[in-house]
Amino acid sequence: MYAFDIERPATIADAIAALGTEEAQALGGGQTLIPTLKQRLASPAKLVCLSAIKEMQGICTADDGALCIGGGTTHAAVAAGAGAYPALAALAAHIGDPAVRNRGTIGGSLANNDPSACYPAAVLGSGATVITSNRSIAADDYFQGMFTTALEDGEIITEVRFPVPEKASYQKFEQPASRFALVGVFVAKYAGSVRVAVTGASEEGVFRWAEAEAALSGNFAPEALEGLSLSGDGMISDLHGSGAYRAHLVGVMARRAVAAAH
Amino acid sequence: MPKDGGIGASTKRREDIRFLTGNGNYTDDINLRGQAYVHFLRSDVAHGRLNKVDTSAAEAMPGVLRIFTGADFENVGGLPCGWQVTDRFGEVMQEPGHPVLARGKVRHVGDPIAAVVAETYAQARDAAEAIVLDIEELPAVVDMKKALEEDAPLVHDDLKSNLCYDWGFVEENKAAVNEAFEKAAHVTTLELINNRLVANPMEPRVAVGDFNRSTGDHTLYTTSQNPHVIRLLMGAFVLGIPEHKLRVVAPDVGGGFGSKIFHYAEEAFCTFAAKALNRPVKWTCSRSEAFMTDAHGRDHVTKIELALDAENNFTAIRTDTYANMGAYLSTFAPSVPTWLHGTLMAGNYRTPLIYVNVKAVFTNTVPVDAYRGAGRPEATFQLERVIDKAARELGVDPIALRRQNFITEFPYATPVAVEYDTGDYHATMDKLEEIADFKGFEARRKASAAKGKLRGLGINCYIEACGIAPSNLVGQLGARAGLYESATVRVNATGGLVVMTGSHSHGQGHETSFAQVVAEMIGIDANMIEIVHGDTANTPMGMGTYGSRSIAVGGSAMVRATEKIINKAKKIAAHLMEASEVDIELKDGRFSVAGTDKSVAWGDVTLAAYVPHNYPLADIEPGLEETAFYDPSNFTYPSGAYACEVELDPDTGKVTIERFSAADDFGNIINPMIVSGQVHGGIGQGIGQALLESCVYDENGQLQTGSYMDYAMPRADDVPFYQVDHSCQTPCTHNPLGVKGCGEAGAIGSPPAVVNAVIDALQRSGRNITHIDMPLSPSRVWQAMQG
Repeated sequence: MYAFDIERPATIADAIAALGTEEAQALGGGQTLIPTLKQRLASPAKLVCLSAIKEMQGICTADDGALCIGGGTTHAAVAAGAGAYPALAALAAHIGDPAVRNRGTIGGSLANNDPSACYPAAVLGSGATVITSNRSIAADDYFQGMFTTALEDGEIITEVRFPVPEKASYQKFEQPASRFALVGVFVAKYAGSVRVAVTGASEEGVFRWAEAEAALSGNFAPEALEGLSLSGDGMISDLHGSGAYRAHLVGVMARRAVAAAH
Repeated sequence: MPKDGGIGASTKRREDIRFLTGNGNYTDDINLRGQAYVHFLRSDVAHGRLNKVDTSAAEAMPGVLRIFTGADFENVGGLPCGWQVTDRFGEVMQEPGHPVLARGKVRHVGDPIAAVVAETYAQARDAAEAIVLDIEELPAVVDMKKALEEDAPLVHDDLKSNLCYDWGFVEENKAAVNEAFEKAAHVTTLELINNRLVANPMEPRVAVGDFNRSTGDHTLYTTSQNPHVIRLLMGAFVLGIPEHKLRVVAPDVGGGFGSKIFHYAEEAFCTFAAKALNRPVKWTCSRSEAFMTDAHGRDHVTKIELALDAENNFTAIRTDTYANMGAYLSTFAPSVPTWLHGTLMAGNYRTPLIYVNVKAVFTNTVPVDAYRGAGRPEATFQLERVIDKAARELGVDPIALRRQNFITEFPYATPVAVEYDTGDYHATMDKLEEIADFKGFEARRKASAAKGKLRGLGINCYIEACGIAPSNLVGQLGARAGLYESATVRVNATGGLVVMTGSHSHGQGHETSFAQVVAEMIGIDANMIEIVHGDTANTPMGMGTYGSRSIAVGGSAMVRATEKIINKAKKIAAHLMEASEVDIELKDGRFSVAGTDKSVAWGDVTLAAYVPHNYPLADIEPGLEETAFYDPSNFTYPSGAYACEVELDPDTGKVTIERFSAADDFGNIINPMIVSGQVHGGIGQGIGQALLESCVYDENGQLQTGSYMDYAMPRADDVPFYQVDHSCQTPCTHNPLGVKGCGEAGAIGSPPAVVNAVIDALQRSGRNITHIDMPLSPSRVWQAMQG
């Protein structure tokens, strides 16, 4: 690590003010940022730790039924407290290991937008809304490619609002070493529409599988996906699997997610 | 047997109290007054000419004490290699220099270029970033076969090629082996890769060098499996420090698996720098550094052929192996693909003719050396895979084919220069059939099929050679070390004992099991016995722990020393009871005179030895302390039969291990619980190799698997509950305990069982897949299934 200053604001307003200075960096749960600092791959002058901001933590249900999760809420808290959206709670319960889940936050994960992270699939697959310190961003507008989002400098995620579907499931096929998603597919059935979001697979980061959504909107059953396939072009190809393998797994995980949805 | 733990008792490990409560004393726990810290600047290119190392700006950085480069070590020796192999033409191997810090060239990613010593670790690291390097990158050689091509870049400019040696074994058999293949009724051929592994002990390496200017004494605290070997190699060959002025301490060590046998540059550096700076110098390896500096394991590319006659008897084996040495020769690297591999190619079978060819190759990668099993897993894997393939080609049962060819008469001299003293391969196979429940397999297979999964059953046998010896033989084979072991038994006046052993425990539980042996011999409470190891200042010269040698060789030395103690104690007891020495018996901690009711307690005798008022001073010396050195007359030969049952998801290629059974013959056993633990750990590592682990370099020599994000270690949920059994016991005939050793068996015996099981699952589903190289990751299995 290089030396840095750290601030622990107690309010969103103070955090935004602290982030206004040169080379300041927001610190969520630190599950990506801290290892990056330890490897000396980042050198922020100041870290603004968000974990003391109470107004960014917790889970509640909005008047329209949406599940609202504070940006500073840990994966463990979501796993334990998002019972109203079981597929989301299950997803959170299987991120990383207990240490990761007790430190890592939903806001941190979404701000980082790792192409193999789980949460982006849930947010995009649910058509959730990302609430930031100064606006609301629809999931379809939020994710803009690997490690790239609609967030501006100094903008922090304060809340994520998930419309609760009739049924949903997230199926993850783990990369054997990191146990991040080699491929993860989130399927959610709403009245009149189905959303299918895929993480881990594409070089463009999380994406919606439009053909699968169309097929499932007519018939929400695994069989509806028979014959549908994705191309390996544009899929991540590395030590742990070729693009073609990942494309194949998307189909397998999507069918399993539909079968498991409840 | 003493009720609290003699031979055969599953005594709980006494050392675990301190390990599990955070009270261990590991090398990184050692912090000396005035200690400085070193950070090594390492090469980030695999091969390059080191034109200039400019440290001027870095030297001015805060806290920097001194920056060392290769030039500082010009009057110092290089890291020595402890084994010289002679090739099949009678020439000795090509043996390049191995400087402590790179000189002239860098030869692998991680090669140390400069060492910054500063007041704090962070200051050392900051300053290292200010060092300006001028490195002219050169083409790297990574692939072994390409490294041997005529125009390949040379890893070492002063060598004539990248070939370390071309070894043939047994060279005189070559023509007869070839002839047997011409006459064979059937030949099965298999080409395979034994994947490169990183040992990954839980504790990374650490070294602390210390120098006492007033006495001239050097001390090195280091994470080593063999502190005396480090003292000898570093003292005599690198730094020129006589052994009486050099103490090496390897305190609690958190796993080694072979990777902490070797003498590493960082140890020599810290010792050297402590004197140069007159301050203790500490280095703690990060996990990232460990991936690119700890010696790697395996990395063989092999073609094996098995010849059979018309009755399916094995008639000959021929192998052709390329073995990666990496960029430099690590301490025992040359011995692994040769004497620890070729000599095991007979396995458990009566094959009259065997020829092994090994080409050891230099590449721009981290040095490769012994890793749990060292050569024996490589031999077992290829043999047990080719036998399975042969059984399939011939349409015979793989167990029956093995049984038909088992060695059944002992001693048995193999055609590869070793003589098995004992074994009963049918007995371990019988036991395996029982514990693995082969009869229930079909029902389990159907249950898997009902879930859409493929199920397969793989079996294999293994033979291991432990306690490499005797010294005079291994000397002829090129070892530059003896392979005896030592023990000093010191009895205190009040009857307690301290055993100072040359063996080293880094997780094996010696403090418990060694004490059980002495407790049994004397008939006293094991808690009266303390086992001391790991410090050259208070243990006799010993060779340390590797190759499953500790109980077979170190335990035998301890038995010999204890026998000397008992013999002397009997003399004292005879004097105390005014009886003849020949009539003295020792039982349950009491000496008695045969045929009488006269007896004295162990403590009475030990007190007399140190308070010799009533004592035969004219005949024997006071005191009760004896040392023994034990040099075995042969290896020991544990053996076993393993079975693995897998379930394979045909949609994803993912393999899960559903059952794993191991029937081992370790000869006599001291502590069955510790033995089971050793087998569990070994199987876990074998499953890791078979399904998960793989160290990968790209064509430029960049390490692709430099962290746990990409190097897959087995986790608890990757392995099943094991069925292990070691009730088949054919005692070793040539050591006093009849023990054979158990540390590596699991890692040797398990990879072929796993791969055989996966191939079986695929074959049963109608897919004609005969081999997949390890690790059998989901993507590899899926790819193979695509045809």
